[in-house]
Amino acid sequence: MSDLINVTVTVNGTQYARAVEPRLLLSDFLRHDLGLTGTHVGCEHGVCGACTVLFDGEPVRSCLMFAVQADGHKVLTVEGLGTMDNMHPLQEAFQEAHAVQCGFCTPGFLMSLLPFLEENPNPTEEEIREAISGNLCRCTGYQHIVDAVKLAAEKMRT
Amino acid sequence: MKPAPFKFYAPTTVSEALAHLAEYGYDAKVLAGGQSLIPMLNFRLAQPAVLVDLNNVSELFYIRPDKNGGLRLGAMTRQRQVELDPLVAERAPLVREVMPQIAYPQIRTRGTFGGSLAHADPSAELAAVSIALDGRFRLRGPAGERWVSASDFFVGLFATVLEPDELLVEVALPPMPPRSGWSFSQITRRHHDFCIAGVAVMVILDSTGQCEQARLVFLSAGDGPVEAHQAAEVLVGQVPTPEAIRAAAETAASTDIDPSSDIHASAEYRRHLAGVLARRTLTQAFERARGDE
Repeated sequence: MSDLINVTVTVNGTQYARAVEPRLLLSDFLRHDLGLTGTHVGCEHGVCGACTVLFDGEPVRSCLMFAVQADGHKVLTVEGLGTMDNMHPLQEAFQEAHAVQCGFCTPGFLMSLLPFLEENPNPTEEEIREAISGNLCRCTGYQHIVDAVKLAAEKMRT
Repeated sequence: MKPAPFKFYAPTTVSEALAHLAEYGYDAKVLAGGQSLIPMLNFRLAQPAVLVDLNNVSELFYIRPDKNGGLRLGAMTRQRQVELDPLVAERAPLVREVMPQIAYPQIRTRGTFGGSLAHADPSAELAAVSIALDGRFRLRGPAGERWVSASDFFVGLFATVLEPDELLVEVALPPMPPRSGWSFSQITRRHHDFCIAGVAVMVILDSTGQCEQARLVFLSAGDGPVEAHQAAEVLVGQVPTPEAIRAAAETAASTDIDPSSDIHASAEYRRHLAGVLARRTLTQAFERARGDE
């Protein structure tokens, strides 16, 4: 085992200090070291999008970063987006538009869509489909997800 | 599976980074955006003993105007920054057009301009575009700096002229000359996949409307970006009529490129696509050069 490196990462507003192997992926750090299993791992090579989190406010593939690279940075995961009692409008919209089936892809979609809607509060359907092109869903066929994004945009505009 | 163990360094200056590379040589791999390297580590297609992470080397992140009217980009500039930068849109419209086609937004948050070049994937859009634009790359090593033209930089499958103790530190893109046009097109099965075939084109017309210069650079058509020299020869000195364009496209597809077959596409299909894309992009590039668009 290579030498451990100390990292301090702020995740969903809470600071965590851990000693980790350099090869520990950020996705595994979040899931195993911090117990935040909302971030999912689908492919480990960047194409499925299930592991998407916000890193200093921008969407990244947590499977393509090492935990040691997050030292001193801020991460937002789906757990930080909203709770059962206090859902983010995006989460409400996904629920209302039936955009969730198995739920495996959902956190990745939500974390990708959050910065998208912040930048683009009134997107066209084409822009939405382009924005979700980095997230794979095996269940829904995407139509309800697109509907959910339109609904979320509406909710977030008011 | 997970990456094999490695030692990790996160220098904050180019000098520090070069010192690590000098120490470890072939045992070390440079980590830029990581969007191509880390998948290889995750699958253990690469198992470097040492990673030198450049993400804290702030001196490598910049987009600056060049006094010749072109651009200078620091090698670690994020692809997303390049995508959004107004100077890039103005001075390197071919780059601006290509950026949203590279992978996905989440990849472009971390992926870097220079990292894509140094990794030298045969499907890399930025490699083909840099050659089409006659870009120049600044390399720095223990002996100092050297400039390499984009055409000379790529030497094989995932191979460049970079020595193990060298870093790509900057890309210089020249200004777009008068009467120049450009275009890019690629075919992917799913949105933003690695392409089955792609081409980046830049052309220059002389004052009589004849083609003065043409560069066609193909992706996914060989071990690295493939410059179609013979196709260019068909065009130079000619008025770029649809017939001339068709002839150049056929030449490119039949003689300039050497695509291979894999599970995504056969060599024959890649050749066919290359010809179609060459015709479309040349047509658009010459329209732009004439100011038709």
